[in-house]
Amino acid sequence: MNAAWMQAFAMVFEPYNIVVMLGASVFGLFVGAVPGLTATMATALLVPVTFFMAPIPAIAAMVTATAMAIFSGDIPGCLLRMPGTPASAAYTDEAYAMTRKGMAEVALGAGLVFSAVGGLFGTAVLMIAAPTLAEFALKFSSFEYFWLVLMGLTCAVFISSDKPLKGLVTLFLGLLIACVGLNNPAAFPRFTFGNTELLGGIGLVPMMIGMFAVSEIIRYVVDTAPEALLVEAEVGNVFKGMWALAVKYPLQILRGSVLGTIVGALPGAGADIAAWMSYAMSKRFSKEPEKFGTGHVEGIVESGSANNSALAGAWIPALVFGIPGDSITAIVIGVLYMKNMNPGPTLFTTNPQNIYAVFLLFIIANLIMLPLGWLCIKVAKRILKVPRDVLMPVILLFCLVGAFAINNTTFDIGVMLVAGLAAYLLEANGFPITPLILGVVLGGMLEENLVSSLIKSDGNVLAFFGRPIAATLGVMTFLIWLSPLLRRRRPKALG
Amino acid sequence: MKLNDTVWGAVLLVCAAALFVHVQGFPAIPGQRVGPSALPGALAVGLGVCGAILLLRSLRAAARGQRVAWVELPGWFGSRPQVIGFVVLVAVNLLYLVGVERLGFIVTGTVYLAALMAVLRVRPLRALALGLVMTLLIHYAFYKLLKVPLPWGLLQPVAW
Repeated sequence: MNAAWMQAFAMVFEPYNIVVMLGASVFGLFVGAVPGLTATMATALLVPVTFFMAPIPAIAAMVTATAMAIFSGDIPGCLLRMPGTPASAAYTDEAYAMTRKGMAEVALGAGLVFSAVGGLFGTAVLMIAAPTLAEFALKFSSFEYFWLVLMGLTCAVFISSDKPLKGLVTLFLGLLIACVGLNNPAAFPRFTFGNTELLGGIGLVPMMIGMFAVSEIIRYVVDTAPEALLVEAEVGNVFKGMWALAVKYPLQILRGSVLGTIVGALPGAGADIAAWMSYAMSKRFSKEPEKFGTGHVEGIVESGSANNSALAGAWIPALVFGIPGDSITAIVIGVLYMKNMNPGPTLFTTNPQNIYAVFLLFIIANLIMLPLGWLCIKVAKRILKVPRDVLMPVILLFCLVGAFAINNTTFDIGVMLVAGLAAYLLEANGFPITPLILGVVLGGMLEENLVSSLIKSDGNVLAFFGRPIAATLGVMTFLIWLSPLLRRRRPKALG
Repeated sequence: MKLNDTVWGAVLLVCAAALFVHVQGFPAIPGQRVGPSALPGALAVGLGVCGAILLLRSLRAAARGQRVAWVELPGWFGSRPQVIGFVVLVAVNLLYLVGVERLGFIVTGTVYLAALMAVLRVRPLRALALGLVMTLLIHYAFYKLLKVPLPWGLLQPVAW
């Protein structure tokens, strides 16, 4: 145990890794602060670069960049009334109202300090929950895994959108994309139509770069909204008065962090949904709900800690079961497989040092966020003036080269572009993207566990409920499926 | 571009049927009842059901008098710069896919960036200069540092 921790320390505090973390911080802060670039996009853009790194620095880059990006997304919300990432959208109007009242430093400071607090809380839960769950999961057979994956996919459909039917369609499409190629129980080439490039399946990484980066750039090119005006606000000492806020709102910070971690851990929902839910909850339970929306810091304290704690929460199912908690960990799982660090409970027993290193990375990322975030706020106005008309094309070319770099094939560039266009069209038609991504990531696992369970039980469906944990998971899955029907029935029964 | 849910439902239903038929041709695992057609077959049924519900819902809404256009063009369609932007975006990407092997990364990349920047209202000369510099930077990072074999194409004789 101690030897593993020592190894983890050695890996994390290696000079190369520190340099990677600092670089990733600057990158993450920048991406988060530029409206139109998201934390998920930061992760997707990092993949081609981390492809050439050892596992720990690769994970370090992603953990640091996303933590920083989720915080720095608050900055343009405050100064431009445009969320830097969707995770800040919930309280952008509130933060902007504070800036108008001359309280920009309080809004930014609360965003920074309570982001770090929420992140550390999420990390603590990750450190406690993940190993416990992993020990439990060691006993799982294909039946339990089948239900677990199905439940994860179900959550993704019902949580990530208000239109479960359209979410279901994209989930099925994602699962279908995962079917392409030889990777199936009979090694039969499915849906390849004679194309040899498709035998290995559709590359996860080029697809995600397409869906999360290229689609954003398409949206930028066709965007007709006028340029937002930068507020000329003086930003003072952002740390001033933060202790007083922490003393005033301890319950809010705790509630935001707990809710954020839980929402993060649920598959399909990430930092953005955590922030929306937590902002609504803060208003609902506040002693002064009438002040919300007029430049009141309470909601920012609560949802600012929620969105950062969600990041760590999402890693719990990702590391233990290989089921991503949000779109960022969906990409991370792809990277872990490329690094032969396949997620699952055995990762905790065979290579605990790697897991401990991940914990350490989270702690460090959230601690260095304070000084680096402070610096970022200092130069924020300059970042916000970066010409996006130059930046966006460069990012797109970077995506093309990045997709090519994974397998050195132009085919992957095509996959990326098609995925980007498809994501843009689907979203324009109200079809959510997250279920699709989860379908692609989990399709192989779902099929493998379904088919091997069916073979083990000789086609007997009742065997899926034959073991206590499997039965529980199965019943829970069905309950989630039935919940929209029940919700619809109730008002009628009352009426 | 926004399509009516009736169209989506119908398209999904047809695709699901075609998928279901296609999947029947997959071989079984010898001696087993389940095979590679099990999951895609189930997905075809699922997609078909979703398509049918979408179709029925939108037809019922139409019967109640809610008229929705078959195809709703996006707001930016009326705005010239955005339409040109989209066309150029598609064009440069096709150019890259077809041309990068023959023309090489540096030439294609420069044209790619310059065209996109110009269409996003960066002044032409500035766009060309920035395009070249940025392409060289990306080339250096991937070709020299990460050893990705980006094609030289036309510049093969002077490759560095």
